[in-house]
Amino acid sequence: MDFEQFEHEADVGIRGYGKTLEEAFENGAKAMFSVMINLGKVELKKKIKIECDASNLEELFVEWLNALLAQASIENMAFSDFKVEKIKNINSICKLIGVARGEELNTEKHQARIEVKAATYSQLKVEKEKGRYMAQTIVDV
Amino acid sequence: MCDAMDIVTLKKVSEFEWEIPKAGDMLVPGRIFADVKLVRDMDEKVREQVTNVACLPGIVKASLAMSDAHWGYGFPIGGVAAMDPDNDGVVSVGGVGFDSGCGVRTLITNLTAKDVRPKIKEIAELLFKTVPAGLGSKGEIILSRSEADELFRAGARWVVEHGYGTEEDLKHTEDGGSLEGAEPSNVSETAKKREQGQVGTLGSGNHYLEIQYVDQIFDEEAAKRFGLKKDSVLISIHCGSRALGHQVGTDYLKVLAEASRKYGIQIRDRELVCAPINSPEGQKYASANLCALNYSYANRQVIAHLVKESFEKIFRGSEIKTFWDLTHNSARWESHDVEGKMKKLLVHRKGSTRAFGTGREEVPVEFRDIGQPVIIGGTMGTYSFILKGTDFGMKAAFGSACHGAGRSMSRTEAKKKWWGKELMQQLEKQGIHVMCHSWSGLAEEAPGAYKDVLEIIDAVHNAGLAKKVIRMRPMACIKG
Repeated sequence: MDFEQFEHEADVGIRGYGKTLEEAFENGAKAMFSVMINLGKVELKKKIKIECDASNLEELFVEWLNALLAQASIENMAFSDFKVEKIKNINSICKLIGVARGEELNTEKHQARIEVKAATYSQLKVEKEKGRYMAQTIVDV
Repeated sequence: MCDAMDIVTLKKVSEFEWEIPKAGDMLVPGRIFADVKLVRDMDEKVREQVTNVACLPGIVKASLAMSDAHWGYGFPIGGVAAMDPDNDGVVSVGGVGFDSGCGVRTLITNLTAKDVRPKIKEIAELLFKTVPAGLGSKGEIILSRSEADELFRAGARWVVEHGYGTEEDLKHTEDGGSLEGAEPSNVSETAKKREQGQVGTLGSGNHYLEIQYVDQIFDEEAAKRFGLKKDSVLISIHCGSRALGHQVGTDYLKVLAEASRKYGIQIRDRELVCAPINSPEGQKYASANLCALNYSYANRQVIAHLVKESFEKIFRGSEIKTFWDLTHNSARWESHDVEGKMKKLLVHRKGSTRAFGTGREEVPVEFRDIGQPVIIGGTMGTYSFILKGTDFGMKAAFGSACHGAGRSMSRTEAKKKWWGKELMQQLEKQGIHVMCHSWSGLAEEAPGAYKDVLEIIDAVHNAGLAKKVIRMRPMACIKG
């Protein structure tokens, strides 16, 4: 599995792995949306561009997740597929441009679970271990 | 998952109060209000988080944890911290959470359990259809941008003026349902877009709408004054400020992360990012947060109105009034006695209910000599409680009590242990009709995934932070 949920007493931990940092961010997004819906039921009909920045990579991961939550809620979307273009560090600001794909949320079809309120800084980690990147945090539900 | 709390490191103040002695960077001690069993069962993370909060600039007296405290993010859930603006006091997203204004409104009816029981499924089904709940749900009120700004400023008052409720409802809402100082221009465009169509929606997770009856009275006099009779039916609504509050929290987490670096504030956990209350960043967050608090009062006000209309359809001639509405995720200005002088402090309560004692002007005149009503939601399979605030609690805990049963098991673990459908059948046998928008969501909220609410409430009662008035038993529960 390239993504997973991990235990937290009140909320839910989400974690993504990847050969690259970008891939770990993409899989982290999958882990978060898997808290809300059944990813396997989502058809890729529409794409939305996401841009965000932060002072460091870890905060960028939270920005990315929160930008996705905001877009899903504004556009009433169920996302299941994510692409992160190159993550850049310009003048010590980390920038990300990405794309989320999915379709309009249908609570029955997508087997709606619980709403994620926000990605938090709790247990936030972005690191490289044994040649593999990992990005994780706790999401508030 | 995590280690249990090491009780040896705590100093026993009384049977129901434990101190984490001031050490290292702590500016004040930590205090946990619970009995020995509850403290032992608490996660070690609670001690760590109470300690971290005790290191925040401007914290007054102590960093507190209530009897239902569990591991949160930054602050423990069940955490309280009062900050002094004149002593570099800070405001922190971690002390409020991402659902600012989350709280409970309890409605009082002139019906008894006997009246409602035969039609419990009918009313539950109507409420399930009428009150939008679950992932992505929308309500009937679509606000223009200027209307949204007015609602952020005026809260429940705005929706009452637009036909959703009465002046009496506002009198029985904390802060009159409308906090001053909310500044919509400090709320982002994204937050305003996310708000669209969400006033009057329940949300998901641990949010619920419950039909209950008074099954036990502990304090006859207070119950009488609160208008609560044995067997009378109550309706409780648990929800918050929806996506607006989530986005305000999210936006200011980033702003305060920058501010913490800018002002060189040493924090021991990144989730505790904060800004001095008197800094531009702190002021902006505090006022945006007031918009979210106001929104939560308006949200529960609209839901209460929908509930009232539904009840009137099924039970002709029924009378439904707001008994009390409170928030348990907030940062609000309050005056408290600090070393003999009344001082204005910014009190953060993350998963803690305000429980003011007697004589406070924030409490409606008719309750002022009894103490503030304190509504504690338990689980859908057990009980909820109404308590009253105490004068002891004012001194010991800035007038604060617990907020619920507190989870004892992770959501993942709960889903492994229970099936939603099976759980629903079990509860049906106990006379509790459950309806839900998500089976897995229901399993995560299984009563067994929570601590024993009776123990939590007894600890609050025995610690003296709030005193038991009545107990409610659920008859029907609608989960978001």
